[in-house]
Amino acid sequence: MSTIPMAHASHAVDSDWQLPSRGRVGMLSLILAESAIFVIFVVAYVYNIGKSTYGPQPKVLELPILNTIFLLSSSATIMMAERALVKRAMAAFSAWWGLTIALGAIFLLGTAQEWRKLIVVDHLTISSNLFGTTYYSLVGLHASHVIVGLIMLTAVLIFALTGALKPEHTEKVEVLALYWHFVDAVWVVVFTVVYVIGR
Amino acid sequence: MLSAAVVLAAGGAERALALKTDTSIFSPVSTPSSSIYSLSLFVLAIAAGIFVVVGGLIVYTAVRFRQQPNDDDSEPPQIFGSNQIELSWTIIPVLIVVVLFLATARMIFAIQDAPKPAAAVEVTAIGHQFWWEFRYPALHITTANELHIPVSPTGDPRPTFMKLTSADVIHSFWVPRLAGKVDLVPNRINELWMDPHAPGVYVGQCAQFCGVEHAKMLLRVSVDTPDQFAAWVKREQQPGVQDASIAAGRQEFERQACMNCHAIAGTPAHGQFGPDLTHLASRKTIAAGAAENTTENLERWIADPDQIKPGSLMPSMHLTPDQVREITAYLNTLQ
Amino acid sequence: MAEGSIPVPGGLGGAEVARPDAHGGTWLETLHSWVVTVDHKKLGVLYVLYALLFLVVGGIEALIIRIQLFFPDNHFVSAETFNRVFTMHGTTMIFFVAMPLVFGFGNYLIPLMLGVRDMAFPRLNAFSFWMSAFGGLLLYYSFIGGVGLQGAGSAPDVGWWAYAPLTARAFSRGHSTDYWALSLIVSGFGSIGAAINFIATAFCMRCKGMTLFRMPLFVWLYVVSSGLVLVAVSPLTAAQVMLTIDRYLGGHFFDTQAGGSAIVWAHFFWIFGHPEVYVLVLPAFAIMNEVVPVFSRKAIFGYPAMVAASVGIGFVSLGVWAHHMFTIGMTSISNAFFVLSTMLVGIPTGIKIFNWIATMWGGKIRYRTPMLFAVGFLVQFLIAGLTGIILSVAPFNWQLHNSYFVIAHFHYVIVGGILFAIFSGIYYWFPKVTGRMLNETLGKWHFWLFVIGFHVCFDVMHIPGILGMPRSIYTYEADRGWTMLNQIVSFGALIQGIAIAILVYNMVHSCLKGREAGPDPWDAWTLEWATPSPPPPYNFATEPLVASRRPLWDLKHPDDPDEPLEEPIGVSQS
Repeated sequence: MSTIPMAHASHAVDSDWQLPSRGRVGMLSLILAESAIFVIFVVAYVYNIGKSTYGPQPKVLELPILNTIFLLSSSATIMMAERALVKRAMAAFSAWWGLTIALGAIFLLGTAQEWRKLIVVDHLTISSNLFGTTYYSLVGLHASHVIVGLIMLTAVLIFALTGALKPEHTEKVEVLALYWHFVDAVWVVVFTVVYVIGR
Repeated sequence: MLSAAVVLAAGGAERALALKTDTSIFSPVSTPSSSIYSLSLFVLAIAAGIFVVVGGLIVYTAVRFRQQPNDDDSEPPQIFGSNQIELSWTIIPVLIVVVLFLATARMIFAIQDAPKPAAAVEVTAIGHQFWWEFRYPALHITTANELHIPVSPTGDPRPTFMKLTSADVIHSFWVPRLAGKVDLVPNRINELWMDPHAPGVYVGQCAQFCGVEHAKMLLRVSVDTPDQFAAWVKREQQPGVQDASIAAGRQEFERQACMNCHAIAGTPAHGQFGPDLTHLASRKTIAAGAAENTTENLERWIADPDQIKPGSLMPSMHLTPDQVREITAYLNTLQ
Repeated sequence: MAEGSIPVPGGLGGAEVARPDAHGGTWLETLHSWVVTVDHKKLGVLYVLYALLFLVVGGIEALIIRIQLFFPDNHFVSAETFNRVFTMHGTTMIFFVAMPLVFGFGNYLIPLMLGVRDMAFPRLNAFSFWMSAFGGLLLYYSFIGGVGLQGAGSAPDVGWWAYAPLTARAFSRGHSTDYWALSLIVSGFGSIGAAINFIATAFCMRCKGMTLFRMPLFVWLYVVSSGLVLVAVSPLTAAQVMLTIDRYLGGHFFDTQAGGSAIVWAHFFWIFGHPEVYVLVLPAFAIMNEVVPVFSRKAIFGYPAMVAASVGIGFVSLGVWAHHMFTIGMTSISNAFFVLSTMLVGIPTGIKIFNWIATMWGGKIRYRTPMLFAVGFLVQFLIAGLTGIILSVAPFNWQLHNSYFVIAHFHYVIVGGILFAIFSGIYYWFPKVTGRMLNETLGKWHFWLFVIGFHVCFDVMHIPGILGMPRSIYTYEADRGWTMLNQIVSFGALIQGIAIAILVYNMVHSCLKGREAGPDPWDAWTLEWATPSPPPPYNFATEPLVASRRPLWDLKHPDDPDEPLEEPIGVSQS
């Protein structure tokens, strides 16, 4: 095993050599891939608007305004949590973080309520017609991302409450928050497409 | 490419060398296929030109700059690039693309957006797993697998305009000597036209994988002289022949499940799943070209379709040999 | 990674460092170390071995196809079997040969070339590999599990493009199509994970002094390719999820009988399918960018132009997908648009070919096996590109689409282009991976037999297409004039099969008994050659310092180092 001797980094250059955070770059790449998935589902939804010749139509949908407010405000609360973490205010962090989880959970319950009404009252299921298929797929895809987000947020909350979360984990928390902002932003698109354009 | 040329030059494939076979795209007999042929010669010439220049450059460089036996193992001068050179070899391809694109775009519009003349024959083709249904809405004709259209001489054009759709999966209508292929897509109507200049039979087949028997979804287009075509239309418009001598066969046909899938005009048989059999005996082939239309083949086909076309959707009805003979005799009268 | 004098590989507590290598220990311990590994080199080797295994499987499927087509009305296999075999051949070769080969090379080489100890996310890396591997097993399990209750089934028989509605429950009973969809969803997650890892590694894991524009072109090409994976494989995953919803939950996305659309599937599939070609061909370019300069003994010509052309190809390739759909009934305007966008891809591709020629120009080309395959790549990729331009001419495409001309064209791209580059890469980096050289004589046999077999097979294959032979047919009529051509094609396929057998023998033999390679057998210039062969688990004992694009050139020619080209070392940028 022989090696070709290379020049080595001296300490002088150490401090100047900085690279982007891999967590951030990785998450942005994931968000790009996820965006492509959502684009395909949104395109399928938009393409099929008005193509259902039978069964329940989009007018059975009700505007989930309250739900939207809950989800979008969770973006603000998670930002407050991040700020608290930077200031090393762990209690404030846990409070804001917990509030974010609560808002996300309320959103999910709201979606569940909406689906229950659609299934029981309007008899719209995923196999009813094209509207049912595209609606449940798109909204369900988003909801599944909310669920994944909530699981990860809850894990962080547990770390925070048990004292395992330290201020040096700020970057990792920020990367997770990035995902949560993405989930919120997607909801804006889903809301516009499903409840505004498509109704 | 090189060995292809060698193989072709080696002879033995004279037909292939001429590239003028029954299904060759380089043997066009109709305006769309001829236009495509001349465009393709132009494109092939440009491609060949690029191949000779760039390929020659690669070979020259690879040979000229190989390490010499008496080399002193010193490194050659290091050159890192030149913006002028990069620019120059960007511009030439851009110009070629512009020329190619303009020629192509012109041809797309000329073929795809050609106006339909009043004299045109209209045909609707419906793809089925694994056969073709042809309807002539203006002439009230329904037939299968063998398309009849009139010749369209340049002086007195009578092109055929087709609407294409599918009853199940995607198929593709391709008769290379007449026109480029167009897909038959469910829930959608595509269009295709052709104006064959010479009478004759032109063959093709389904060009989009559509299931088990995709390979046996063959196509025959019979281009008839005006008289032949008129006679064919007249005969097709008649109901099925009622011949008292084969009444037993007809009864058998109507008693078995045959009529659930097949239609014979003038009888209670109105099935839509399988080909219309009103004039089956006038067709050259059965099972979408899988076999010649002979009594023997027809009997084999009715007794057990899988023998001829395994995977075809026509079931074996487990008939006795007598029943098969009677039904075949009946079908054979359907001129 | 930037701070700390000896970063721990993978951030996993140094377990890998403690273990000297796969040698030593019982075979069970060795196996265990390979299964649980998060080392980018081991995962790279796993990817390549896994791909080569499937290359043999997919190759056997190709030979079955060629035997069946040797005679008209042949009964070597049934229609159903033939349809399954060509579906499995296509799916296997794209997703379980080409993709893992590409990922394997990237995995092994990118951290070494960047002078670091591992990928950005080593555990994600292992996860991605096992997802891909599991996807392949899932696909092949369909031979056993696909039969289902209705009695239809076994392996999928819908074509690797799986056009709707042939994949709907009504037309594809049993579970074979489900296995197909699920295996691609699963391996798709693996691909996306690997792509995220490549991008994060290239941007965030470079040794000191390795600015973005000092990265080897190899890494640049992988960045573009990975970007395409993110935006192109994801749509496939989405479409497969929709297909699964259709098949399992009674959805109607592609259910034409309930108003769903067959065309939408075609769009979704090719939005994936076309960029996929570039996902595979850009890494082939990456290998060329390393092999051609080293064996020509010259720096790559026009590095910035190469980067620009790669990024350009990446963007343009996202807007060309519908050139696979010229016959599906698009408007004349859309057809014209996709003609133009497709032809435009030819320009940056041409620039690349010219730059490689210019790199060879004035060099002292050493014709070792890697360079032979590289020159083969150049000529064949030129032809593949030209037949691509020919196919982009929509009216001509109406004749050629779905004919054997198309089959010949894309095998020219994938075998004549990508596989030749991969072979070049195998001969080039095998010494680094195993510490032993591949046998040159066997290598030359492999090269010449493969070149001859390739041209006999795929040059001739264009002609039946021109003579009207459609793809995916299990048999053909005797009177069509295709018989002799098909026999020549089949003969060529057999020669290629023999050549592959030589490669496999060469790899096994040389791995055990080959000549010792030493760290730098090719007198090359990138950082992987500064490590011992094979590299230790930690790659570099101390982090290298880089001042130009060719750090080893600078080292070997202290009197004539490359220009630093840009800002002095230490200035961060991204």
